[in-house]
Amino acid sequence: MRGSASAASGRAADSQSPMSFAVVVFPGSNCDRDCYHVIREVLRRPVCYVAHAEPQIPDVDCVIIPGGFSYGDYLRAGALAARSPVMGAIRDFAAGGGLVLGICNGFQILCETGLLPGALMVNTALQFICRWVHMRIEDVNTPFTRDCKPNQVLRMPIAHYEGNFRPPPEQGTGSAEAEDLFCGRIVGRYCSPGGEVSDNSNPNGSWSSVAAVSNREGNVLGMMPHPERCSEHMLKGSDGLYIFRSLVQWWEEDGYE
Amino acid sequence: MEVSVFIQLKDGVLDPEGETLRQSLRRLGFHEVDGVRVGKHLQISLAEDNTERARRRAEQMCEDLLANPVIEDYQVRMKEELS
Repeated sequence: MRGSASAASGRAADSQSPMSFAVVVFPGSNCDRDCYHVIREVLRRPVCYVAHAEPQIPDVDCVIIPGGFSYGDYLRAGALAARSPVMGAIRDFAAGGGLVLGICNGFQILCETGLLPGALMVNTALQFICRWVHMRIEDVNTPFTRDCKPNQVLRMPIAHYEGNFRPPPEQGTGSAEAEDLFCGRIVGRYCSPGGEVSDNSNPNGSWSSVAAVSNREGNVLGMMPHPERCSEHMLKGSDGLYIFRSLVQWWEEDGYE
Repeated sequence: MEVSVFIQLKDGVLDPEGETLRQSLRRLGFHEVDGVRVGKHLQISLAEDNTERARRRAEQMCEDLLANPVIEDYQVRMKEELS
């Protein structure tokens, strides 16, 4: 979103420096290298790792919280990672308008941190689900989706046990009508290859088929599908690049405002 | 001092594990089982002699980490309350 994320940020670098990224590494992260690889080798942008115990993060433009099983998923997926030192710095970074992308376990961590509303519960089928799904883009006015067309369908893989999104209880429990009360923004929904949203295309029982959610301001996004696993043609799919390209495009065009 | 913390999904939050157990129990002949809710039980040892202080600290632990207020409720029980 042109307005709020950039206005809130004030973080626009000078036009000479490329957009830079940090990938957070927790004990048990396992998609950190994939994210690093895509940023460095596909996007060709500077990227560094930042460890969970760091009380500060480097001066970057976007922080990626990758997938995995941080702290063994003990207690609740993402619960312990959300209380680790680096998350305090990321909370400040996000409050200043910094871009934060949480993928899979990263989405769970952002919910546990309170940077995103709601919680991710066990899939209704009680199974770990690992397969390709389709996600319909519901909101192109975020820095993460601005390279997409409205209602565009992205094909991406999921791999999770806890992806069943539930909004905060006071914001309606399950009814589609309650979406108006939801304090976040629904950015992506599970759908059929043709873009139809229904229970049949909802792999995990997620409320309102939610696959990706952002905060009101649009600078923090959580998504269960893995864009970093589908950003190269040799991986039989490159739709994930829409997410990463959106970020770079937003930064280069609107981020300077 | 020993404190027990019980964490459970809020009423109204679908509990697929509990539902699966309900069906299995009924298949085993426990036809009277109407519902099962699965939760967690944590036993915490505290270096604290004052019951009320121990209870308040355990409640704070639930607020800060042990329970997720979006989906879970919690109860704190002192050991003597359980026997």
